[in-house]
Amino acid sequence: MDKYKTDSKEQMQAGHSTPLPWEGQGEGAGDSTVLIEIKDLHASINGKEILKGINLTIREGEVHALMGQNGAGKSTLSNVLVGHPAYEVTKGSVTFNGKDLLAMSPEERAHEGIFLSFQHPVEIPGVSMVNFMRTAVNEQRKYKGLPALSASEFLKLMREKRAIVELDGKLANRSVNEGFSGGEKKRNEIFQMAMLEPTFAILDETDSGLDVDALRIVAEGFNKLRTPQTSAMVITHYQRLLDYLKPDIVHVLLNGRIVKTGGPDLAQEIESRGFDWIKKEVNE
Amino acid sequence: MESKDIKKEEPNKYVKELTQEKYKYGFTTDVHTEIIEKGLNEDVVRLISAKKGEPEWLLEFRLKAYRHWLTMEMPTWAHLNIPEIDYQAISYYADPTKKKEGPKSLDEVDPELLKTFDKLGIPLEEQMALSGMAVDAVMDSVSVKTTFKETLMEKGIIFCSISEAVREHPDLVQRYLGSVVPYRDNFFAALNSAVFSDGSFVYIPKGVRCPMELSTYFRINAANTGQFERTLIVADDDSYVSYLEGCTAPMRDENQLHAAIVEIVVHDRAEVKYSTVQNWYPGDAEGKGGVYNFVTKRGHCKGVDSKLSWTQVETGSAITWKYPSCILSGDNSVAEFYSVAVTNNHQQADTGTKMIHLGRNTKSTIVSKGISAGLSENSYRGLVRVAEKADNARNYSQCDSLLLGDKCGAHTFPYMDIRNETAIVEHEATTSKISEDQIFYCNQRGISTEDAVGLIVNGYAKEVINKLPMEFAVEAQKLLSISLEGSVG
Repeated sequence: MDKYKTDSKEQMQAGHSTPLPWEGQGEGAGDSTVLIEIKDLHASINGKEILKGINLTIREGEVHALMGQNGAGKSTLSNVLVGHPAYEVTKGSVTFNGKDLLAMSPEERAHEGIFLSFQHPVEIPGVSMVNFMRTAVNEQRKYKGLPALSASEFLKLMREKRAIVELDGKLANRSVNEGFSGGEKKRNEIFQMAMLEPTFAILDETDSGLDVDALRIVAEGFNKLRTPQTSAMVITHYQRLLDYLKPDIVHVLLNGRIVKTGGPDLAQEIESRGFDWIKKEVNE
Repeated sequence: MESKDIKKEEPNKYVKELTQEKYKYGFTTDVHTEIIEKGLNEDVVRLISAKKGEPEWLLEFRLKAYRHWLTMEMPTWAHLNIPEIDYQAISYYADPTKKKEGPKSLDEVDPELLKTFDKLGIPLEEQMALSGMAVDAVMDSVSVKTTFKETLMEKGIIFCSISEAVREHPDLVQRYLGSVVPYRDNFFAALNSAVFSDGSFVYIPKGVRCPMELSTYFRINAANTGQFERTLIVADDDSYVSYLEGCTAPMRDENQLHAAIVEIVVHDRAEVKYSTVQNWYPGDAEGKGGVYNFVTKRGHCKGVDSKLSWTQVETGSAITWKYPSCILSGDNSVAEFYSVAVTNNHQQADTGTKMIHLGRNTKSTIVSKGISAGLSENSYRGLVRVAEKADNARNYSQCDSLLLGDKCGAHTFPYMDIRNETAIVEHEATTSKISEDQIFYCNQRGISTEDAVGLIVNGYAKEVINKLPMEFAVEAQKLLSISLEGSVG
């Protein structure tokens, strides 16, 4: 536990270039490759600053949990990472696999291996899941210089991946998310992740609106998809998803900054004690 | 000084290239074309008739139409802003098949014309032609070539240009011409009846199922000319035909007038499917140029158990004024209208249908999908009329509008005139907008904005596209995406 403890004040020194205390911790740290590196990231929406200097490094294979109360900036961070046009990055940098992520279009980021499981997946009437996924998969293959999948290859892949999240075949033939229940929508997000095999997945409150069984299916599905190279950032309010996903590192986001970072115990502590003690700790 | 001028021009040139390269049919063919002098009067009508060597009755028909046209005014009820058209500034007859050097055999077609149609994806050499499709190729005022004519003749099917039909099958033409769209019908119908040049004629004899798709490809080439084609399709008892129509035009800065008439007669238990992919030049992004497409299309389900189906994908033209309609007079007759109309930039479309139920147990279906983008205006206008004697008539109408952006307009004008208590008429309408969230969701999955719009629009129009014959459906899908390029984000 102790080794994860940080001095939050130091963390708040915007723009510092020395490695943060928790960087390089964990088993085999230092050997594994840095996947994503966020430095002093500031971002705003409609002129209002939400992110006020985020520093975060995620290595290959790591699962990071991001916790915090509503309005802390968790969803903003995930939206900024995938390039949502409503958010404006005002300062800082993000490198992904050594490339300047912020210079890429949202679809390039997707092709590079970033996937967002949306908190509120949008419905797209008239566009079948099959057509949608086929376009997505083949666009990604084109980006990688691979030939498009044939219809039969694609349908086979779809059947395989559907099984991972126990997604009903009928849903796959419907329009994207149209008429799906809340749980089906979330399952459909993980199904899409299975199809696109990202190296970095962001799960934005994927557990919200799920009953216990659906949560297990989604979480187990996610675990089945993990490879030693897959990293993830999991945004959640609750311990129960983390029980399945077993994060390596847990961060607490408060008022646009990461104010506390720890191991899996931190999430359990938050579950039982809430966030107030952390607020007191950082005098906010 | 010089360099300054260039700089000023560059961005304009770039914009022009960007917006125009999307219309890939905008080229012109350099071919000797015989064009009569601009202007319209009785002498011009007589001249057209004489050039085509028409019988007296047809000249009379034209003259009556012309005289009636003089008494009419351009319709103003459509939700369209039509600039004033100077009918004396248009040439009413342009023949690209007339060669400079002496007369040659009728069958010999200028290679330049064949090349043009090749370039448009319509090969006219029968050995190279699309399998299972016979084509009548019309450029400006004249039919260039009709393929598979002999093959079809073996089954008794007549498929030729209307000019040839007038010469070879005058009885049939005289019997049906103007029987569905009388020359008094409307301003443009009267104009067309006076000056119509070429178009296709189809006759399917009793009990014959046409073994291939019949298709007419219309091409405007000459500048400052109008195209006034006329198509007449007659399906005799127990016959079937599927007919396709395509059209393109060069990119020109001035507007071009196209005022056509299509008449269809469907006899007992016969079925006609009529599909259109309309891709006339829509004008540039600033609204300059483009075709004025003022068309009267109407079918008459004359026989019992007859069936007529209109499917249209409208992506071109600066202004579209078009209402393919059905008169259901045969008992148990069935009519359908499936339409996708896309408008972008400064395009305007006022399109829809009329379903006139006269017979008993008649049934009609209307599915209209409007898609508006840019600064365009897109209106659906439809009439469902059930006459006193039309017991148990049924109509189902669905009119959906999809908006891309917030500077375009979508309008629905449904009219109902129900005079029989047993009628069941349903009307549904929706308006939706492609949201930024939908686009971003696609982006996050690696799908570009243009592709996302294509997916959504094609999904939205699927119900109509699926009604098209296979080859056309694929073409139409691409066309929808291309027409809307650059309209979002």
